[in-house]
Amino acid sequence: MTDWIDIGTLADIPQRGARTVQIAGEKEIAVFRTGDDHVFALVNECPHKKGPLSQGIVHGHSVACPLHNWNIALKTGEAQGNDEGCTPTIEVKQEGGRILIARLASLKAAA
Amino acid sequence: MAAFFFFWSQGMDFQNNGPETANEEDIFVPSEDVREHLVVVGNGMAGCRAVEELLARDKDRYRVTIFGAEPYVNYNRIMLSPVLAGEKSFDDIIINSRDWYSENNIELIAGDPVTAMDRAAKTVTSHSGRTVGYDKLLIATGSDPFIIPVPGKDLPGVISFRDMKDVDTMLEAANNGGSAVVIGGGLLGLEAAHGLTLRGMKVTVIHLMDTLMERQLDEAAGWLLKSALEGRGQTILTGANTEAIYGDGKVEGVRLKDGTEIPANLVVMAVGIRPSTALAREAGLEVNRGIKVDDHMVTSDPDVLAVGECVEHDGNVYGLVAPLWEMCRSLADGLTDQHTGYKGSVTSTKLKVAGLDVFSAGDFSGGEGCEDIVLRDASRGVYKRVIVKDDKIVGAVLYGDTVDGGWYFDMLKREEDVADIRDLLIFGQAYAALGASGGGALDPKAAVAALSDDAEICGCNGVSKGQVVACIEKGACSLDAVRATCKASASCGSCTGLVENLLAVVLGDDVQSGPKTMCKCTSFTHDDVRREIVAQNMRSIPEVMQLLHWSTPDGCSSCRPALNYYLLCALPGEYQDDQQSRFVNERMHANIQKDGTYSVVPRMWGGLTNPRELRAIADVVEKYDAPMVKVTGGQRLDIFGIRKEDLPAVWADLNAAGMVSGHAYGKSLRTVKTCVGSEWCRFGTQDSTGLGVKIERMTWGSWMPHKFKIAVSGCPRNCAEATIKDFGVVCVDSGYELHVGGNGGIHVRATDLLCKVATEQEAMDYCAAFTQLYREEARYLERTAPWIERVGVDYIKQRIVEDEAGREALRSRFLYSQSFSQEDPWAQRAAGADSELHQPLEPPMPFGAIAAE
Repeated sequence: MTDWIDIGTLADIPQRGARTVQIAGEKEIAVFRTGDDHVFALVNECPHKKGPLSQGIVHGHSVACPLHNWNIALKTGEAQGNDEGCTPTIEVKQEGGRILIARLASLKAAA
Repeated sequence: MAAFFFFWSQGMDFQNNGPETANEEDIFVPSEDVREHLVVVGNGMAGCRAVEELLARDKDRYRVTIFGAEPYVNYNRIMLSPVLAGEKSFDDIIINSRDWYSENNIELIAGDPVTAMDRAAKTVTSHSGRTVGYDKLLIATGSDPFIIPVPGKDLPGVISFRDMKDVDTMLEAANNGGSAVVIGGGLLGLEAAHGLTLRGMKVTVIHLMDTLMERQLDEAAGWLLKSALEGRGQTILTGANTEAIYGDGKVEGVRLKDGTEIPANLVVMAVGIRPSTALAREAGLEVNRGIKVDDHMVTSDPDVLAVGECVEHDGNVYGLVAPLWEMCRSLADGLTDQHTGYKGSVTSTKLKVAGLDVFSAGDFSGGEGCEDIVLRDASRGVYKRVIVKDDKIVGAVLYGDTVDGGWYFDMLKREEDVADIRDLLIFGQAYAALGASGGGALDPKAAVAALSDDAEICGCNGVSKGQVVACIEKGACSLDAVRATCKASASCGSCTGLVENLLAVVLGDDVQSGPKTMCKCTSFTHDDVRREIVAQNMRSIPEVMQLLHWSTPDGCSSCRPALNYYLLCALPGEYQDDQQSRFVNERMHANIQKDGTYSVVPRMWGGLTNPRELRAIADVVEKYDAPMVKVTGGQRLDIFGIRKEDLPAVWADLNAAGMVSGHAYGKSLRTVKTCVGSEWCRFGTQDSTGLGVKIERMTWGSWMPHKFKIAVSGCPRNCAEATIKDFGVVCVDSGYELHVGGNGGIHVRATDLLCKVATEQEAMDYCAAFTQLYREEARYLERTAPWIERVGVDYIKQRIVEDEAGREALRSRFLYSQSFSQEDPWAQRAAGADSELHQPLEPPMPFGAIAAE
């Protein structure tokens, strides 16, 4: 059983960009929209030095962290190339033009 | 077995042939046919195909009755586009004529849609009131066009593009000429727009997304398509949101959310389709997005089946024709007790617009473990992208040359291992086969080695393999050397791989690598890219990537900011800055700090300030609880710890005191540092402060390859440290010494003396000219110091000092460019521009109200 939170529409997120969502009591989430209109959600922290990934340059299905240019795979949260680390991901789905993200509760326990 | 009754009314007339029924009785008659009765609701492509498949397996098993809402025999709906375009007639697209129905004893009740079903009684009832019993019912109602709920959607002249009636309406409107708006830039919308254009209407396509056919095409292919359609006279508006359709009694035009009004006497809505499920829903069948079916196309009622666009199988709903064929096969197997089971479909799409070849198949969204193989051939207008995962093709997007679409799609469906032909895959089937026959070696080097000497390598410049090899043997030991001598791969670059392989074949390990490429997305260097942007008058990032054969779909964090700058520099006042290709600081107009907050530095002209500005800064520090304020090395005040949400309000407060952005964050003019000069200093020779302010007023706001610092010192004691700046002025009694290329960073470099001038105006003019030369010729992220070491100070002197006309031209280009760039970005944001960059998304529901699944 997954709780889904409606956070808005695709048009609310710039293409090749991101918006953040703050759910009370949980870590800030970055919701990304890629050039081909896929949507991904990650905790808004780079595994390296906690840089806000939502402010990075989105290319392909990756984002370059704005602080030190680590590239993070949007689907898995894994750092790419020679860098090592992983940012928690959040399940997303698009339904009837709306974007829904899974509630983070389970993640909090893991963090 | 239920008793079967049917009758038909006299009112259903079409083309003077009476209703499409093989039965001649005019009142209901009990049938003597004792076979099981299959009633099909829907006379479209799915319903009829299902019956065809069934007949092919067992001609006599079922008695068949088909209901159709439209007053026609079964026609090929996907060919409506060629009918609209005038390439085909209605007769050409009929799949099954009346003879087919009668030959197979099929009862066709056309023009009378089924409006209700009673599963307990096992009957269906039509619009005209006729009730027919069934043993097995097949629902094939297809889908309905989605009508966006805007004001004016019901006005006469607003139609969808779904059936023959819509085509007739469009043809009638086209006969009167005028303008049409097509809402929706997907497959259907573009085909409608194409048809209407050919029929002489002035057509505007409005598309909500930024990329045409975004579900089938990636951005690059979408851009090519848009350019081609615009070349055919259509107006394509992407990222355009329809607000209303207006008109008095009939449609007169469409208004967009941004206020634009587009006059039109015909509006075609082609934004999408949704499964037609009302009948099934009312009858209590399980319906989600579509009517839920199992692998044998059976619904939640074992005697009711469904097929085509109205169904949902394994969570998927299909709007294309190929899955329908596969569903019909499984359905017919099930109905004849063979039960093979439908396993879902992989789909491919082709745009039916004459002369535009577009193909897409499978999943081209990329993602984990996926590798893109991209080929761009600008001179032929070709873009090919094949997506490979675990040595199997998972998707393909082809534009301009779709010959190999079927080949890729075939391998994709068969999940064929392509590891052996991977390197040749993108060149297509013929080339891959050539490689395979070349001594069985699939190594691309071996494939190139196997080519004959007169095989053409470079199509743009007509260079054969023999010529390339001769050129290498004569001493061209690098890609660049080959390009410079025999011109192979020097134009469009699509044969770069071939040339590199030839180099490897001829020279082995002696190949010299050329200058560093811009990034891993391209084989071109910064200088190549920049030269071509200007030479080919390129105007957007996707265009550069297409024409220069980028190997990734939308670049990377290295090349995108560079391309954005090169275009901005080449097209002042015309280029639309791409915010998503800006580094965070330039996008947010503030400096990101390690904790994710920002620091804000207002401009202080020449390092001067006044009580009003200082008060405003003090107020901001208190109001927004900024934890630190610091004097910078560039003689300004830096306010730390501002949250991104507060930035617009902070800027508004600073703007109110007359301050603008200091661009302390950008690859741009930073500060003009000054000393107090002759106005106060006992050693000062000139008004260095005044000149510094003038220079800063002239240069602020300009984007550069990298950050750019200026200083003006009032005497050779050089208190403003002008000799470690990008451009420095040292005032002397007799005038102004101009210095360039200094740097106080990791590698300290003192400036080179450029020249000495006599007047303040000359100092300003030379500064503008030098700045523009740097803007136009340095590579992105190259400071003036390494640039000057690379090109030599003599070159700079020649361009700025000796070539007076050239200097003047550079200066005027700089000032022209500045006329567009000196708008305070803070003021725009404070006024509300790009507010989504600062505000988080707010879930519209309270946190308690959560959708659960």
